[in-house]
Amino acid sequence: MAGNGFVQVDKVSKSYQRDAIKVEVLTNISLTVPEGEFLALMGPSGSGKTTLLNLIAGIDRPDQGSVVVNKVDIDGLGESALAKWRANNVGFIFQFYNLMPVLTAYENVELPLLLTRLSKKEKMEHVETALKLVGLADRIHHYPRQLSGGQEQRVAIARALVTDPALIVADEPTGDLDKVSAEEIMTLLERLNKEFKKTIVMVTHDPRAAEKAHKVMHLDKGELTKG
Amino acid sequence: MFIFRLILKNALRHKLRTFLTILGICIAVTAFGFLRTIVTAWSAGVEMSSVTRMITRHKVSFIMPLPKSYREKIQTIADVDQVTYANWFGGLYKDPNDWKNFFPRMAVDPETYFDIYPEFVLSEKELADFRKERNACIVGTKIAKEHGFKIGDIVSMDGDIYPGKWDFVVRGIYKGKDETWDETQMLFQWDYLNERITQQQPTRQGNVGWYVLRVKDQNAMPAVAREVDELFSNSRAGTKTETEKEFQQSFVSMSSAIITSLEAISYIIIGIILLILANTIAMAARERTREYAVLKTLGFSSVHIVGLIAGESLLLACLGGALGLVLTFPISAGFAKLFPTFFPIFNVEDITIILAVSVALLAGIIAATFPTSATLRTKIADGLRQIG
Repeated sequence: MAGNGFVQVDKVSKSYQRDAIKVEVLTNISLTVPEGEFLALMGPSGSGKTTLLNLIAGIDRPDQGSVVVNKVDIDGLGESALAKWRANNVGFIFQFYNLMPVLTAYENVELPLLLTRLSKKEKMEHVETALKLVGLADRIHHYPRQLSGGQEQRVAIARALVTDPALIVADEPTGDLDKVSAEEIMTLLERLNKEFKKTIVMVTHDPRAAEKAHKVMHLDKGELTKG
Repeated sequence: MFIFRLILKNALRHKLRTFLTILGICIAVTAFGFLRTIVTAWSAGVEMSSVTRMITRHKVSFIMPLPKSYREKIQTIADVDQVTYANWFGGLYKDPNDWKNFFPRMAVDPETYFDIYPEFVLSEKELADFRKERNACIVGTKIAKEHGFKIGDIVSMDGDIYPGKWDFVVRGIYKGKDETWDETQMLFQWDYLNERITQQQPTRQGNVGWYVLRVKDQNAMPAVAREVDELFSNSRAGTKTETEKEFQQSFVSMSSAIITSLEAISYIIIGIILLILANTIAMAARERTREYAVLKTLGFSSVHIVGLIAGESLLLACLGGALGLVLTFPISAGFAKLFPTFFPIFNVEDITIILAVSVALLAGIIAATFPTSATLRTKIADGLRQIG
């Protein structure tokens, strides 16, 4: 065991089959993220950062080793239970925002709440609060195509935190943004960590983004080192 | 509720593509419904056959006559309740190349024919007038409407099987007992035909085309057929007796190759519907691979994903199918109007509606099967990497 952190990755290995070739992405990786930590994972392309993030977030499974998040061994969960666990415990922020283009900002943020038993009114309150928090209360009925990149990412952040998850995973959240927008997003993530005590694991190439994290780790050739 | 909203929004994402898909399904379902209507119209005669009527015809061919004297002998058979007879007349009315001018014209026994065929509905006065005037005729409502025939009108035509100029006076306009009965026939007195033939071609006089028997007991039909045919087995004109349904079926079977072809085409159309829809749904699902991966990431289950893909497929199939079905009615009605006598009964049957709806629904489900399966098999991580 790597320790008693909020996120515990223990001797995890992961490989992918690309046609006839087996690509070893992660080999015997261990990592501990304490509760309330803001961790940045850096490394060259293909080093396995996103794969590690996916394992922590429960959207992929390791070949070997275990991933425990908030005392739940997520590898032991079935597909359905894992989907429910993700819905309740993890907020996702992607590089390309991944908003549903046919839904408004409000509807996109509401998406994770549709799997809860909240009343319509409660859902509305949660969505409005989340959008207010990211500064988009006035863009509630805008479609993604009517928003700038930075605004789209803020909607994605609102969607990530609307269910109040303990863990937020962010995969290159500033990768597709200009400098000013990237700065705004990082300030927002920093605020989520400090004010709302969210544990954040972020993958980034951007050293300026990584500066906002408490801890930076580098992943290269399957080896994890502290930055 | 959200799923339905998202299905609708997804369907409207590429409006032109959706419109063309619905149009494609619509045309295919219309063609399917129309062809099925032709197939059912073809065998309408079989469907409206009576279970108590039998037909006795010449054993060699329907076109060869039988002596009228057979009637009395047939009538002596125990289970035969009543016997009547009829004779195909043919004739040319106005321009024979115009389908509108082709309608069945038959010489019948005015005293008994309508007793055995209660499906012809006409007033007692019309029937009485018909019986007392030698060259009177009765016409169906459809042809009366088509040609503007009224009571008292003279209908003139040239004979082909029975040469000469023939004039008939319209003394009755019948309706069918229901919509399944042919309202395009013209019936006149057999005596009028026989009298003219006796004068012009004496060797052909005293013959009828076929006999129609009403039996007392449906179960006695095989025995009646046997008895009638044995009765005339050594006569100059042997007979073949069969149920009215078998008699009608023999006409339909003459066109079995055409009917089989039409049926085959209607099934090919199902394949076309499936391909149109499957192509659209497969394209849409592929474009949205990343979106489905995002939904799965957020905790949406396979059931939600299946609902989204199959729902959109069914929505398009149902819209196209419903429009196609609605269009089938005016197109069939237009065809029936254009060729009123070619298919006397040309109705979109309930079974055609059920088949068309089933075909559309089935196409919707099958078209969604492969894209759904592919989407469910795609791992979230792979889906998120997909560039749409």
